[in-house]
Amino acid sequence: MNAVFRKELADHLASRRFLILFVLILFAAVFATYIATQNIRSVVTPITEFIFLNIFTTSGQTQISFLFFLSLFIPIVGIALGFDAINSERSTGNLSRLLSQPIYRDSVINGKFLAGLAVLAIMIVSVIAIVAGLGLRIVGVPPSSEETLRLIVFTVVSLIYGAFWLALSVLFSLLFNRGATSMLASMALWVFFFFFMTMIASSIATARVVYDQDPARWYEIQGMIARISPRTLYEEATMGLLVPELGSLNLALLVSAIYGGRMVTPLAFSQSLLLVWPQIVSIIALAAICFAVSYVKFMRQEIRAV
Amino acid sequence: MSQAIVETNNLTKTYDGFTAVDGLNLRIEEGETFGFLGPNGAGKSTTILMLLGLTEPSSGTAQVCGYNPTREPLKVKRIVGYLPEKFGFHEDLTPRQNMRYTAELNKLPREEAERRISELLDKVGLSQVVDQEVAKLSRGMKQRLGIADIWMKEPKLVFLDEPTSGIDPEGIDDILNLIKSMAIKGITVVFCSHQLHQVQNICTRVGILAKGHLVAEGPIERLGRQAGGGRYRIEAEVDKVEPKLIESLKRVNGVMEVQSSGNLLFISCDKDLRGQLSRVIVESGSLLLEMKIEEYSLERIYKKYAREA
Repeated sequence: MNAVFRKELADHLASRRFLILFVLILFAAVFATYIATQNIRSVVTPITEFIFLNIFTTSGQTQISFLFFLSLFIPIVGIALGFDAINSERSTGNLSRLLSQPIYRDSVINGKFLAGLAVLAIMIVSVIAIVAGLGLRIVGVPPSSEETLRLIVFTVVSLIYGAFWLALSVLFSLLFNRGATSMLASMALWVFFFFFMTMIASSIATARVVYDQDPARWYEIQGMIARISPRTLYEEATMGLLVPELGSLNLALLVSAIYGGRMVTPLAFSQSLLLVWPQIVSIIALAAICFAVSYVKFMRQEIRAV
Repeated sequence: MSQAIVETNNLTKTYDGFTAVDGLNLRIEEGETFGFLGPNGAGKSTTILMLLGLTEPSSGTAQVCGYNPTREPLKVKRIVGYLPEKFGFHEDLTPRQNMRYTAELNKLPREEAERRISELLDKVGLSQVVDQEVAKLSRGMKQRLGIADIWMKEPKLVFLDEPTSGIDPEGIDDILNLIKSMAIKGITVVFCSHQLHQVQNICTRVGILAKGHLVAEGPIERLGRQAGGGRYRIEAEVDKVEPKLIESLKRVNGVMEVQSSGNLLFISCDKDLRGQLSRVIVESGSLLLEMKIEEYSLERIYKKYAREA
């Protein structure tokens, strides 16, 4: 498996695909950080405890935070790294040659998946590190140890979110013989989860209850459905981690807290973690299911004579 | 009888209702160059995939180099090379890089791998292009690279599936010579091809597969005799055919049938009687212009068996 892993990793790192994605993400990250640092003064009050984390969550009038960028781009990177993992090997005739070498069959898919994951890790860690560094330079407030801890967990959650999309696109690369088809299928799912899921959730909630009469119930229904989407799960998990003041993921309570002008006390790290634990577990489960299905599918797939 | 390197026992493979290989009993001996023939879809590739443990047989068993490929695929794949009909290399890597990857997959020590890579690339005549991308190589070059690639693990047995298809005549000669030199090194070669004269040229024994059955197997000459029903057919051209000549030919011991057509005589006999026949013709007063014995070429053998199946 080591050989497959090393080869795939080298391929990814040397590919133009990687370069393009990295530049794109870097640009987005730097842009978001810039906006955040421009607006950070308006959100930071004298009693704000976690100034440094605000760099990641603050958005300008355009409503674009670094967090939003990550939730948007991590799926793209995951898909780009996995959508042709198996089918391109098959169509070039490399697969049968590869499988006739003395290696276990699962080391092919494991090696490919782990190489993708390693590239994702390199990208996510370096982008977060760059943003943190930039923020530190501009804002001038060093992160506290708790903030650092929160950032590390945030990085891990981002990686798991990326792993889900990677596993999904690897699965599609097994199901569809053509790279273009598997990429389109992954992108379609991404568009669905990213844009339509919240709309669908809102419409269903509206159909069930009238918002003005019972906003709490509306948010409950909306949230329940929206949480089918890994995007929602990721956003809730990362918000919970990066906004310690967030006492609940229930939007209704949040809204009333903001409008009621209530001062919220930040949660301890362990409490925040507890708050978003279901979300984190759900993302892990989604990624694990996708990978398990592709693993079984790949192991059982017949190598047929052409 | 020498040692069998491949032996199958009622090997059968069924793909959703369609039987690709049906009760195959195949025996390939160590060190021979075996021609594995059959029309497209006869089950040759499926058989090879089963022998490598890439596909599980529906029933029956196989032994390759003493291992069961279904149970111990890794042990088989360590000493067996397989060059599929449609294979590819990583197009953006050089031949050397591609072979390094194969070496890593075979867990060859680095120095040993580098030595073998240089030696083999030289042997297959690719030392000029080692540092060019594979995408820029011609088809014949890629095919030779494929041979170098499977040779690197120093296999005991190689399966070559259509290694000469779509290659120019000169390239074909190169590949056939490489196959011959593999055989000289003691590697057992299983050569699948539709190019029957190439098979006849390099193979000691052939097996003909049709509809999943092995319809004929053995050395080419023996198959030829079987195909001809044990008879020899001699064709003679004379300056004039007279009934007296035909009568006297029929009297020769061993002649079974004489037919004439124009100035041509077709004589069936149970052994090679060219000497006696020519004397009879000359003594009868006719002039013998040409005489030849019809050999059963592999092509005729193949067509006969493939049609019968």
